[in-house]
Amino acid sequence: MARPSDRRPGYSRRAQYGLFFGYVTAVSGAIVALLLLILSAVDPRGFGALKGAVTDATLPISAGGRAVVRTVRDVGSDVGAYVDAATKVRRLEAEAKRNETRLIQARAVAVENARLKRLLGIVEQGVRPVAVARLVSSSGGSVRRFAVLSAGVASGVRAGMPVRAPDGLVGRVASAGALTARVALISDGGTVVPVMRARDGLPAIATGAGDGTLDIRTLGAEANPFRPGDMLVTSGAGGVYPPNIPVAAVRRVTRDAAVALPLADPARLDYAIVEPPFQPAIDNAQQALPPAPGE
Amino acid sequence: MTRVVGLYGRPPTLSARARVVPVLSVLAGSLLPACFPLILQAPMLPPLGLMTLLAWRLLRPGLWPIWAALPLGLFDDLASGQPIGSAMLIWTLLFLAIDASERTLVWRDYLQDWLIAAGAIAAALVAGFLLALAAGGSGSILLIVPQLLASVLLFPAVARLCARLDQWRLR
Repeated sequence: MARPSDRRPGYSRRAQYGLFFGYVTAVSGAIVALLLLILSAVDPRGFGALKGAVTDATLPISAGGRAVVRTVRDVGSDVGAYVDAATKVRRLEAEAKRNETRLIQARAVAVENARLKRLLGIVEQGVRPVAVARLVSSSGGSVRRFAVLSAGVASGVRAGMPVRAPDGLVGRVASAGALTARVALISDGGTVVPVMRARDGLPAIATGAGDGTLDIRTLGAEANPFRPGDMLVTSGAGGVYPPNIPVAAVRRVTRDAAVALPLADPARLDYAIVEPPFQPAIDNAQQALPPAPGE
Repeated sequence: MTRVVGLYGRPPTLSARARVVPVLSVLAGSLLPACFPLILQAPMLPPLGLMTLLAWRLLRPGLWPIWAALPLGLFDDLASGQPIGSAMLIWTLLFLAIDASERTLVWRDYLQDWLIAAGAIAAALVAGFLLALAAGGSGSILLIVPQLLASVLLFPAVARLCARLDQWRLR
């Protein structure tokens, strides 16, 4: 079938001009779009208010749907729990026996720790969370991995704040609307987290791979020191992320890097905790936060 | 899509519904992946806004002015998490490309339309991936392959939906 065309306007001057100006608008609009792209590469937090307004509008739908998804998943795992209840009970009993001794050791260590800290005069101030909220949806089609948090400027959430869960680090707030905020997950390709190995404090850099995993690279040039099973925690270097939040466990070791799986699975989180950006206590000069790595 | 419904081009008078339905369907397509209540670890949802826009464009060549992709693309960028300007730019270039293709490929049927849409979706996803990389992301191009296949296979369904909406809006 032949396409009818209104791109051939005939002899009407008005239609010809209209068509011409349509093309002019499209081409100049494309140039404006290119400028906007450059702008958003330079300043990723730009247009935060507009983005926030759109995610605010989608909140009722995604929050409602999220409740349904959670219920269905719970029912599914409940059924699964009944199926292998006996083996699970046996395994857990054995585990509980093993853990008993470890618990006693841990208590002793905690007491000793507190005593040593008193000796050194370290005052530990607990961080008051800014907000506690749910993750309700995520960017579905884009390669960037953003999740939508159901708390925004109204709850005190601002761009740049770290977001964590009881299990580990989730990401950091990329932009905040009135009722929602967009969180760049640690698995997003634009997120870089300074980490260290929990065992010995070996510093490293965790970069999102975009597929739910993290790329771990050491700062030094030595041979790849990671082994599968290594635990990584935030080092607190550079500010933003408070130190000693669990981040990921190394899953696989490649030639010059390691692939790690985040400990906090955003898909199964019940709650995410927004904390104020971490500033090392030493900076008496009140220096401004360094620009976010990778952003 | 070869079924002729109503008039081609823009008739002298159209009801408000007939004018608004295509725009709203594209906006809804842009919002739907952002509302999807799962936290996905990889881009898996098809770009429904673009697919709806393409379906309308191929169904009714005269429906959209050539600049219509700009505001619709801006809205998609705000919802999708891509850097602002990426869908604006890509969609407008696609419109210009389809416009040019209609000067050469005059006779076509449904299969050609699907091929054109598949090419357009593939180009948009790859370009969107590259622009997201340029704006500060990282990742492997293999990430978008499942999304690409799903989008191409899903396009006929979206085209059918748009054809139904088209019948309803012109009733």
